[in-house]
Amino acid sequence: MSVRFTKPVAAAMTADAREALEKAGLSRRDFFQTAGALIVSFSAAGKLTGQTATVDPPVNRVDSWVAITADNQVKGYAGKCEFGQGFKTVQYQLFAEELGVAIESVQLTICDTAQCPDQGVSSGSQGHPTQFGPSALRQALATAREALLGMAAQRLGAASGDLAVENGEVFVKADPSKRVAYGALIGGKRFDLTINPNAVPKHPSEYTVLGTSVARYDIPEKATGQYEFIQNVRVPGMLHGKVVRPPAIGAKVVSVDEASVAGLPGNVKVVVKNDFVGVVADKEWQALQAAQELKVTWSTPAALPAQAGFYEYMRRQPTRDSYTVRTDDADTVMNGAARTVAATYLHPYQMHGSLASSCSVADIQGGSGANAKGTIWSATQGVYPQRDSVARVLEIPNTNLRVIYVEGSGCYGINGADTVSFDAALLSQKVGKPVRVQYTRADEMVAAENYGPAYVVDMKAGLDASGNIAAWSYEAWTLAKGGRPNANNPGNIVTGALAGFATAPIVPAAGATPTTFNNGGNSASPYGAGIVGGRAQGTGNIRAERVLVRTIQSPFFTGPLRSPARLQNTFANDSFIDEVAAAVRADPVEYRLRHLSDPRMKDVLTGAAEAYGWDARPSPKPGNARTGVVRGRGIAVVLYEGDNGYCGLVAEVEVDQTTGAVTVLRLVASQDSGPVSNPDGIRNQMEGGALQGMSRAMREEVRWNDQNVMSQDWRSYPVFQFGMPIPKVECVVIDRPDAEHMGAGECTITIAAAAIANAIFDATGARIREVPFTPARVLAALRART
Amino acid sequence: MAAVNLSVNGQAKTVDADPDSPLLYALTEDFLLNGPKFGCGLAQCGSCTVLLDGEPVRSCTLPCSEAVGHEVTSIEGLGTVDQPHPLQQAFIDEQAVQCGYCLSGIMLYGKTFIDSNPNATEAEILRSLNGLICRCHTHVRMAKALMRYAEGRRA
Repeated sequence: MSVRFTKPVAAAMTADAREALEKAGLSRRDFFQTAGALIVSFSAAGKLTGQTATVDPPVNRVDSWVAITADNQVKGYAGKCEFGQGFKTVQYQLFAEELGVAIESVQLTICDTAQCPDQGVSSGSQGHPTQFGPSALRQALATAREALLGMAAQRLGAASGDLAVENGEVFVKADPSKRVAYGALIGGKRFDLTINPNAVPKHPSEYTVLGTSVARYDIPEKATGQYEFIQNVRVPGMLHGKVVRPPAIGAKVVSVDEASVAGLPGNVKVVVKNDFVGVVADKEWQALQAAQELKVTWSTPAALPAQAGFYEYMRRQPTRDSYTVRTDDADTVMNGAARTVAATYLHPYQMHGSLASSCSVADIQGGSGANAKGTIWSATQGVYPQRDSVARVLEIPNTNLRVIYVEGSGCYGINGADTVSFDAALLSQKVGKPVRVQYTRADEMVAAENYGPAYVVDMKAGLDASGNIAAWSYEAWTLAKGGRPNANNPGNIVTGALAGFATAPIVPAAGATPTTFNNGGNSASPYGAGIVGGRAQGTGNIRAERVLVRTIQSPFFTGPLRSPARLQNTFANDSFIDEVAAAVRADPVEYRLRHLSDPRMKDVLTGAAEAYGWDARPSPKPGNARTGVVRGRGIAVVLYEGDNGYCGLVAEVEVDQTTGAVTVLRLVASQDSGPVSNPDGIRNQMEGGALQGMSRAMREEVRWNDQNVMSQDWRSYPVFQFGMPIPKVECVVIDRPDAEHMGAGECTITIAAAAIANAIFDATGARIREVPFTPARVLAALRART
Repeated sequence: MAAVNLSVNGQAKTVDADPDSPLLYALTEDFLLNGPKFGCGLAQCGSCTVLLDGEPVRSCTLPCSEAVGHEVTSIEGLGTVDQPHPLQQAFIDEQAVQCGYCLSGIMLYGKTFIDSNPNATEAEILRSLNGLICRCHTHVRMAKALMRYAEGRRA
């Protein structure tokens, strides 16, 4: 289905748009405070001063989400970002569906603190469950529709139940000539309603816009080079900034020799705040030259822990412990087992490695204090948390700052988008003019990322006499430092820390037996019963369970990277179930089914297996030679975050046992994310996730020396790229109209590493337990075969 | 700084630039283009790709002085939202985009190769993209879009 979407006022300011904004008399914020005001779809950042009381659009008010103009156009506002995953298109669909209007009549603005409700951070595959959940976009729209029907009933002299809606017009079903447009009922006025929890949204079985493959609104502009990314934001009078980062992690500024750039062209200015160092110049190339020429003397910090032996180092550090599951009988059942199987899995630090180096534009006027104000254009996943954390760094009231989301390249979590926005804001504040900062590749990879942390996972299973798992033990060591920034923690990201804000350390602590089941990190396997507080809440039936996560201080900043913790844990959990199945000579699918209780989990497992053409038998594959090139297949499953998307994946691989090279030939995914909002959109996410997961499993590992990260470009941090064989990717999408909406974008990536490792074992009988599966590691695993 | 005469998508302009500075900065700062993008500045990823007299080059490392006397074409120069080039239409039809930041490289290397080799196999077309990076890993759909464009060229 192809539709033409109505563009909202450009989030990123062209000169004309900015002028219009500055001249705007009434802001959308005023709309919440001024009865009967006209709708103005943008606010004036320039108007905001310390004296003006402003309010954020209240999340529980219908007017925060939707307004209808007199000419029957729908202005929508929402707080979940688009970063290439297609979710803005789904939100357009939701407006059209729930209100009963043409999708072309909807003008949707997302993630602008001056206009949109605060929905926190767009992360964790929470967009779908949140917007279709009980207190967000869908419920606001259902409330609005009920209100409009009530108004129409009065106007038309009919009962609400006798009315229907079509293209934004309400009509009497028995006499369609009696009709009234939404715009005639409410146009330009406020609903003045709190979201009604009892308003009844449409049932997914009635959907005509949702559930169809509406084409992505953004692709025509992207394919023709018209789309405005954050990297394309141009503000009049804008200067260009670059950062100068410490050459070693932990190095402090000793001195900055501003004279070293004094003769360079472009009106170069140097900005220093504690250990934050940056330059500003008229043109980007000039700023880049100045950043390279600036002489900074840095202190020599303590050496980083060596990468060789790092996984053993992790085990030796003081830990902050947390149990996901800890049943009283975990140790006794394990100790009484007829047989035990144990293995350790290793996962490295990995990075988002966004294709664009991150970029932001900030326009901070008036220095700091109550009269300072400003606007930041940012690809952050959370405009409100960023506004509040930048406000701390700049020492400006948060209500005097506006953060406008503009899409960057795919972020996959907290890449450099937040940190670079701090950089732009600091530089702009100092020079008093709009400043654009775009990182170099090394800035992005070495000194902006919150990496996905490394994991060491010790697994152990206790089997009963029939070979079924009676006890399951997971004990992991991982690392953390910082995370997403917020008002209390500007030091959670690189620039905040450089500018002098503390990064909270990991405080060692013992773990307690949990009282609630929270498997958000997928540390507990799908095969566990998840018994917490006496209730089984997992998707499996292994009752005696011990799941312990130990966190240590990371030398590098860490944070959410697509499928944070879940990916690393699932590599361990679903490799291990495969090892146990092999130990008892069981078919990998049949053995998983034996230990699963949740029917939807069983369905994605068998769904992927059937679509692949799974031949039931134990691994490794009988008859494969121990030399030369061999093929095999493996499977893995997950319920993402323990409650947010079921997925199964079969990988077929070819292994060259002479070189250790592994080629993934085929990936077959099966996914159940509840009601399907956009069938083509979910497939796009499944395909991309499967291949990105393959890239991370096969190629990706952050490398460092005693001073700093050495993975600084696409040569030193190789990813799957064009020119390499592309596997055949097939997707099975299970639609569940009666279920709750779940996440869709991080499912296949979570299970790719385990499925591929299991396939390598099936092909060769060699078990690879360390990511990435480089030829050297595969050869080592082949040599270790018994 | 010096006056550098450039012709981009049929538009001639004299820009004030360091002749050694990469062409990409002139394209984004002076021609105000959004299509070619800074990804790595190292000619590794391909997101800055433009055509120089019909041949793909990496504008993030090509000195702007070397573009003087040549016609530069970015993906904006192929077609528009209302009248997309058949290659752009193929990417729209296949929905072969996630974030889309990489598109300049994928589209322009693919177009150049297919235009000269309309009967090429999928494997040959994909080899012409060697080294390009799509970090959303939209490879499956991009391959389909390029094959769709190649079919159109053959027809």
